[in-house]
Amino acid sequence: MTDTVISSATREVVIGFDRPFVMIGERINPTGRKLLAAEMKEGDFSRVEADALAQVAAGAHMLDVNAGVPLADEPALLASAVKLVQSVTDVPLSIDSSIIEALEAGIDAYVGKPLINSVTGEAEVMERVLPLVARAGAAVVAISNDETGISEDPDVRFEVARRIVSAAADYGIPSHDVVVDPLVMPIGAMPTAGRQVFQLVQRLRSELGVNTTCGASNVSFGLPNRHVVTGTFLAMAIGAGMTSAIMNPLHADVKAAVMAGDVLAGNDTNCAAWIAEHRDRSAMGEDTPANGRAAAGGRRRGGRRARTG
Amino acid sequence: MADAATVDSADADEDIDLSALDDDDLIAQMHDDLYDGLGPEIVEGTELLLGRGWAADKVLNEALVEAMRIVGIDFRDGILFVPEVLLAANAMKAGMEVLRPLLAETGAEPIGKIVIGTVKGDIHDIGKNLVGMMLEGAGFEVVDLGINTDVDEFLGALAEHRPDILGMSALLTTTMPYMKVVVDTLIEQGLRDDYLVIVGGAPLNQEFGEAVGADAYCRDAAVAAETATDLIRARRAAA
Repeated sequence: MTDTVISSATREVVIGFDRPFVMIGERINPTGRKLLAAEMKEGDFSRVEADALAQVAAGAHMLDVNAGVPLADEPALLASAVKLVQSVTDVPLSIDSSIIEALEAGIDAYVGKPLINSVTGEAEVMERVLPLVARAGAAVVAISNDETGISEDPDVRFEVARRIVSAAADYGIPSHDVVVDPLVMPIGAMPTAGRQVFQLVQRLRSELGVNTTCGASNVSFGLPNRHVVTGTFLAMAIGAGMTSAIMNPLHADVKAAVMAGDVLAGNDTNCAAWIAEHRDRSAMGEDTPANGRAAAGGRRRGGRRARTG
Repeated sequence: MADAATVDSADADEDIDLSALDDDDLIAQMHDDLYDGLGPEIVEGTELLLGRGWAADKVLNEALVEAMRIVGIDFRDGILFVPEVLLAANAMKAGMEVLRPLLAETGAEPIGKIVIGTVKGDIHDIGKNLVGMMLEGAGFEVVDLGINTDVDEFLGALAEHRPDILGMSALLTTTMPYMKVVVDTLIEQGLRDDYLVIVGGAPLNQEFGEAVGADAYCRDAAVAAETATDLIRARRAAA
């Protein structure tokens, strides 16, 4: 049993074995989003705010915040984005950058215990990121690659993860605050990309006892109808023991697959979350996403409030 | 083995005897076969054309490069997908292996030569590999320096291979500024005008490409192959 607690000023989220899968919204990321990148660079964060609210409404438990705009002051942008997102929602955040100064600025702007995304197994990166994580009392995403690249051998990636966990311990970061990202490659370019992750997640969980996460959307890069591939990948990853992912909860196929995965892995007690999300649709015989209608309740009888009130 | 469930007798009925086709039909069939990623059929077609007295560079351009051009267009337009493009590129490669020794013998020039690599500090190579395959498909000779390539390695490869184009890839906001280091070094050493420079990678954009001093930013692998071809044509037309 390993629990990674991430918090904002008023809310805690626990990533853990046998708990509901934690969905970390991926949308606040200018990579590949020309409009968002241009707006953020001009200091316009309206889309960041809209993305934050939409993802939380769609069920995101946490949000990833990335401000990787080319030729911009990324530390300042990330700090602003973190502050803004925390002012409109209370879900805890993952502070995402490959620039150390940006991580630092994001941490300084953050209220609570963030997830720092990320550290790799590269010696230089570990030396710079891990002290930052330790000082902030944060949790950290550990990506299982090192100077030699991304190995296709799950055993090599496991060893990199083990090395990061042990280096983190040297800085006083407990292993339950290290969330390993086994690295998800596009299945369309690498047929073993799925199997590698499933094997690795099982070992990370049983041998290292760490929680896991991943950038899920990458798996379906270059494929048609890709959200179904991403969703099915996540359901299979949940089956292998993965405990969180950075993903898009606004895609109905992806979100439904994650929720069903939780049901089938026994992480959704009495299937309560699944039923609450889908009761209405089932009654209407529809397959459309619940659009603002009170998902729980619907035409169901019972409930104590009517009688006690 | 993956197809075991879908084997049916229709395949046998559709068997085409490539050797029975005249040149035009054979070329058209090779375009279809390469599009479908059929390596052995491409090898057979290539050998047939050579047997009929076609020069290696004519086979390359009219059968293989033209087929790959069509693949590139349909990839760009969302009709073909990454796994299919990889299969097509591998079929192209199979044909190239037949042609390469002959091309070397006859001294036929490739459309151009390009040195590519992922920049220092960055270990992502799937996108760069796709670019390499599309460029080979477009008839380029590609020298791939791999991942984590520093400025000395880039310069060394430029000196050794004398390419027309240098292509750099990065997937991180931390590593993409290194492209500017390489371009600036080229400028310092007075080498910048000897090469065309193209850049690409998920976090980049047009503006960034211009800021590092590249000749072009390429959004994806298909665009990279098109752009490289256009740049070389333009340069040769100007020369």
